[in-house]
Order: sequence, then C-alpha cells, then structure tokens
Amino acid sequence: MADEADTRPADDAPLAASKRRDAVDDATKTLIDKPGQGAATSIVGRAVTINRPVAELYAYWRDFGNLATFMDNVVSVSPIDDKRSHWVVKAPGGKTVEWNAVVTEERENELIAWVSEDGADVPNSGRIDFRDAGARGAVVTATILYDPPAGTIGKLIAKMFQREPAIQARRDLRRFKQLMETGEIATASFTKKQLEEEKA
Amino acid sequence: MRALTWHGRHDVRVDTVDDPEILNPRDAIIKVTSTAICGSDLHLYDGYIPTMQSGDILGHEFMGEVVEVGPKSKLQKGQRVVVPFTIACGSCYHCGKHQYSACDNGLPADNQDIGQELYGQPMSGLFGYSHLTGGYAGGQAEYVRVPFSDVGPIVIPDGVEDEKVLFLSDILPTGWMAAENAQIEPGDIVAVWGCGPVGLFAVQSAFLMGADRVIAIDHFPHRLELAKKFGAETINFEESATYEALMEMTGGIGPDAVIDAVGLEAHGFFVDNVLDQIKKSTFLGTDRTHSIRQAIHACRKGGRVSMPAVYGGFVDKFPLGAFMEKGLTLKTGQTHVQHYMPALLNAIMEGKIDTEFLISHRMGLEDAPKGYKMFHDNQNEVTKVVLKPDFAVAAE
Repeated sequence: MADEADTRPADDAPLAASKRRDAVDDATKTLIDKPGQGAATSIVGRAVTINRPVAELYAYWRDFGNLATFMDNVVSVSPIDDKRSHWVVKAPGGKTVEWNAVVTEERENELIAWVSEDGADVPNSGRIDFRDAGARGAVVTATILYDPPAGTIGKLIAKMFQREPAIQARRDLRRFKQLMETGEIATASFTKKQLEEEKA
Repeated sequence: MRALTWHGRHDVRVDTVDDPEILNPRDAIIKVTSTAICGSDLHLYDGYIPTMQSGDILGHEFMGEVVEVGPKSKLQKGQRVVVPFTIACGSCYHCGKHQYSACDNGLPADNQDIGQELYGQPMSGLFGYSHLTGGYAGGQAEYVRVPFSDVGPIVIPDGVEDEKVLFLSDILPTGWMAAENAQIEPGDIVAVWGCGPVGLFAVQSAFLMGADRVIAIDHFPHRLELAKKFGAETINFEESATYEALMEMTGGIGPDAVIDAVGLEAHGFFVDNVLDQIKKSTFLGTDRTHSIRQAIHACRKGGRVSMPAVYGGFVDKFPLGAFMEKGLTLKTGQTHVQHYMPALLNAIMEGKIDTEFLISHRMGLEDAPKGYKMFHDNQNEVTKVVLKPDFAVAAE
C-alpha cells in the first residue's frame, strides 16, 4: 500500500476532476482495471445523490437487464452468466456497438466494477460506487474509462449526436435518480408518438 | 385541441395541435377552464428568454377539471384543481424540504444540462416557459398534461369560482413568498417596487405579516391606485424622485425591507438602464436591473432585500459595496408554489386575501393573441387577462 500513497493526487478531489493529463493512468493504478485491449484515453466520473436506501439502488443496478430502462443509449444488456453480460449500445449514424462486460469486483451495497472483454467495439471499464448518505439517501458514483471509437474525430462526432460518454453518463444517472425517487422518468413529450420518437 | 403557441418576438397564435396523452404513471390530463397571461409571459413575448422554439405552447397560470389520470395519480376525474407553475416531484431531497422550485426531478434529464451549465445546478421544471425550464407545454390551451399530479395540483371545493383561486398557480404564492423573504417584523416599513400582480399581492401579504406601512412604487397610475386600495402609500417615479421620497417618508432611515417585484423588464429611462439596453443588444450584459439597484440603495442599514423579480443571467453595476457595507440580507428564488397553496387557499376562503380585484379583462382562448398585445401595450389598465377556453368568441 506504500506505493498507492505515491500515486494519490495532491488533494481529495476525485480523479475525474483532475486537471492532470495522467489522471487516466492514476485511475488504472488505484481505482479501475484497464479495459482488456487498447489504452483507455478518457475518464468520466459523476456522482449523484438519490433519496432512496442504498440497498434498493444497488439491487436495481446489479440486475443488469434493468440498465436499459434509464440508459438512453443502451439498447439492451443481456446477462450471460452471473459475472458476464452482453451490451448493445447505440452509436452515431444509426449503428450499434457491442461488447461483453465481465464483473471484476463486487461488494453488495458498495461496489460493482467491470471491464469489457477482448473484441469490444468500444473498450471500457469502470466502477459504480454506492455509499449511504444518511438522511439524504445514498450517493452513487460512476467512474468510467473508455477508448472512444476512431479517436478524437469519433469523440467529436459522438458529441454532435450527444452520445458523448461524459454527457451521457450525467444524463443516465439523472434518469436513474428520477426512476428510483419518483417511479418514472420525466418527459416533456405531449403524445405517446412523440415520446417514442424521442426515445428512438 | 386549440392552444396558444409562440412563433417569435411579438408573434403568438392560436393553433390546432395534438391532444396531450398520459405518458407517466403520475400524470393527469386537465381540461383547462381558466388560464391567465402572466407578466413573465411578456418576457417570452418580447423575446428575452432564450431556448424558445416555434410552436411552443405558453401559459403557466391555469386551472381546470381532471379528465384523465395515470395509475399513480391521486386525483379523480371531475375534480377541479389549480395547478402550480413549478413542476416538482415531491420525492427528492429538495421537495422534502419544501423547496419545490429546486426539485431535482422536475426537468427531463437532457434539459438539465442547460441549468447545470448556467446556474451550477438545474432547477425544477416550469410549464410553458422555454426549454430551459423543460420544454413542457403550457396551460393556455384546452388541455394540459400535468406530471406529478399526485403532489402538485390542489383540489378546489365545489362552489368556489375559478377567478377566486386561479392565482394560487403562481402570482399569489409569489407575492406571499416575496413578503416572507423580506422577513417582515411587526412595525416594519416595507417598500415594494412594481405594482404588477406580484407586487400587489406582496403589498397585501406584507400587511398580513404585520408591516406597519407599505410604500408601493410604480409609474402606472391605475396600478398605484390598486396598491392604495390595500392601504399602501405610493410613489410614482415619473412624478417623484424615488430614493429622496423614500428617505423622507421613513424619517431618513430607509425602508426596513425592500421588495423588487419588477425584474427583467424594468422600465424607466435612467442612464444606467439605457446603458443596460445597449449592452443587452450588444451581448455585453443580459439583465436590465434598475429596480434592484435602487432597492438596495434605499434599504435601511441592516435591512432585508427580497427579490421575487425574474432575472436570468448576469448583471453588472450591481451595488455590491452598498450591499456589503450596509449589511443587507438578500432572499430570492422561484416560488415554492406547492408549499404555499394550502394555507393561501384557506386565506382566500376566509376572505383575508382579495384576488378578483386584479382581473381587468376576460376573453376566450381564441382571442389570446389580442390579450397579449393589449397587456403588452397598456399595462396601466390591463392588470390581468384571464382566458377561458369555453368563453364564446366575442362578437365583432
């Protein structure tokens, strides 16, 4: 553990807020496994406070088939076995990307960590931390490392289509919060048809 | 259905649009019986509010009959309800503290990005008030989809007329919260800038909270008369110098509490205001702010500043020095409507607050564009336009 102290940043801020270029490296040393192939170049971190018991939030999330209900870009997550799941995710231009993810570490009501397996279209890894927050409910923190498709241009295109992971992670967590706190996901749509179009 | 839609600066029309449908379990559909044009709708009409899209349905002061409910709504078909203009979930941390306009979940997730960037954290949703506040269709329509209908709308007892309770949707709670934010103590002298609906309700509220004197400031003679009716003393800033008048009327002390109920569209051809106009049109500044400056300048040392007025962006020449040196306290915010509705409904039923005095014009929904123009062009006489979808179209 002596080494860990050396790689710690100079303050208590999460690595995702770091201004240092080697934040990704720091993350892979201390926090998250590297994606199975290629080098992760981007880190996303988001925390959200949800006014529900931590156990309820963990249980909903750990049932990976649920994730598509609030992750707008996720077409489906299909469990393969207890640790592995198959992900189909929307990509710019009406395409989809796919990968298998394997849970590398889990602690009930605390942590779920994963990496994508070899052959992933978008290599990624990350962890979701769950922490009790007393009267405020629980804090859920998502930290994701990924290698955006086709480098910078791919990321730019993704951003234009608002499929950029940093934006998406923030929005997905808000939807998770809405679903857990209110039992529904807020929409300004007017008709069922309009709602379907927005989800497409 | 028919609905009043926005198409650009000074261009609103009544269009035929799709009927709203129940989309979420807690939704209800309301058939609108009365809906008002708000002073803040004029900010949209004048094109001051960004993120408006052509075809957006306006209106955030409305009431009506419940015609359809989702499985988790607690309302029943046939009930008459007034709907708060703030869309709040009732389940998040902020709603738990009755800070409904700070609700975490009122806005669709995607719309929260703008508020996050502009203000640091996104606020609640609002009906009919741009995509910054969610892009929700508003109440100047025959029907409205009301999210979180189990916690928002308040049920109105039978036999109580629409016009008595309609203003529970926004301006009455807003005027009340303005007075509450002024932290009025018995014996206080309170000055209110702006005798629009919010200012006039703030005048009534301030007296109910124990103010000894209320001084109302405006330049529309008819609006000042209304303030006088409720016992306020008046300053017409076109006739008298406001700061000098306030200082003399308070024996050289200044008002104990000041309320800025003017906000974004401060009239008055003062040098700094004209400068703001120029800056606004050249993107150097966004909000025109004479009234809040004057209020801070006049407020007594150690006094309280309440700002119900709507500001959206950045200001410059904010008198931070006077604010700090005099040790003032500022309270502000969008109204936590849901928090105030029950008590204010009681106050109306008990005759403690007069609401109907405000209504100067009634017309059908089809005449709404005319109503906007009248309200915009003649704020002296047009104090409140109430639209009624069932109202027969006026014979020409």
